[in-house]
Amino acid sequence: MKATVIVTLKPTVLDPQGMTIHRSLASLGLTDVTDVRQGKIFHVQLKEGNRGQVERLAKEVLTNPVIEEYRIIWE
Amino acid sequence: MKFGVVIFPGSNCEHDCFYVVESVLGKPVEYIWHQGTSVKGFDAVILPGGFAYGDYLRTGALAKFSPVMNAIAEFSRKGGLVFGICNGFQILTEAGLLPGALLRNVGLKYVCKFEYLRTETADTPFTNLLTEGQLLRIPIGHGDGNYYADAETLKRIEDNGQVVFRYADAAGQITRDANPNGSLNNIAGVVNEKRNVLGMMPHPDRSSEEILGSADGKLIFESMVNALVTK
Repeated sequence: MKATVIVTLKPTVLDPQGMTIHRSLASLGLTDVTDVRQGKIFHVQLKEGNRGQVERLAKEVLTNPVIEEYRIIWE
Repeated sequence: MKFGVVIFPGSNCEHDCFYVVESVLGKPVEYIWHQGTSVKGFDAVILPGGFAYGDYLRTGALAKFSPVMNAIAEFSRKGGLVFGICNGFQILTEAGLLPGALLRNVGLKYVCKFEYLRTETADTPFTNLLTEGQLLRIPIGHGDGNYYADAETLKRIEDNGQVVFRYADAAGQITRDANPNGSLNNIAGVVNEKRNVLGMMPHPDRSSEEILGSADGKLIFESMVNALVTK
């Protein structure tokens, strides 16, 4: 069983890396891109069944709740 | 009185901290390996700078799962002095022993230079020999020192006087230009609500002797000694 965990900064948290990427787009002529936010993606494999362990991994390890949020996509 | 300096895989300022306590303060000090499950016998524990676990995932994120962190959490609940410097500060926020988080510097660069810090409170075991408003010249060296807390937390720690140091200019003014990393309210160091856990990004361990360009950092370590003596 596979899961994908996507971790992103909360919308209220400044993302200096995303801002820098966005600023560089003007020189490429990609002027319609209005915002870029950088995040992390984790591909997780687990034995059938215990989805709770991936939930805990996402919540307790992969995410710092002060600044980040996560979502899990199950395959 | 005994100090402990915690070593995580990837710590690199443990010798600096050990040296300050042993040779500059002349106090007993021992290393504590991160796999240790007890900090019994210690009166103060220092989490040094470096790149614990290579800063993988997030700075300090994996260090918080080291066995010693449970012992340090328990130690802090009982009132023991815990002092996190740079990466040590990041670990303490990740472990939930201090409020907020440290984000990537706004300029995205690693910044290594002397800063002026304005002392915001003398009412902590780490600043009892300082006076409010006192300027300290202490260097920083970090890529992730941008202090962040949500609006509610920020208001709470400001109202409680938990902000201990702010980046200032040479005249002691808290300005945007004096902020090296984008930290909210120019915050360079905070204590917990009980005031026995301090985290700061600047390095007093690199500024405790004049030959290093400043001995101002020594005042923080000496305050800890003072707190332990008068306890």
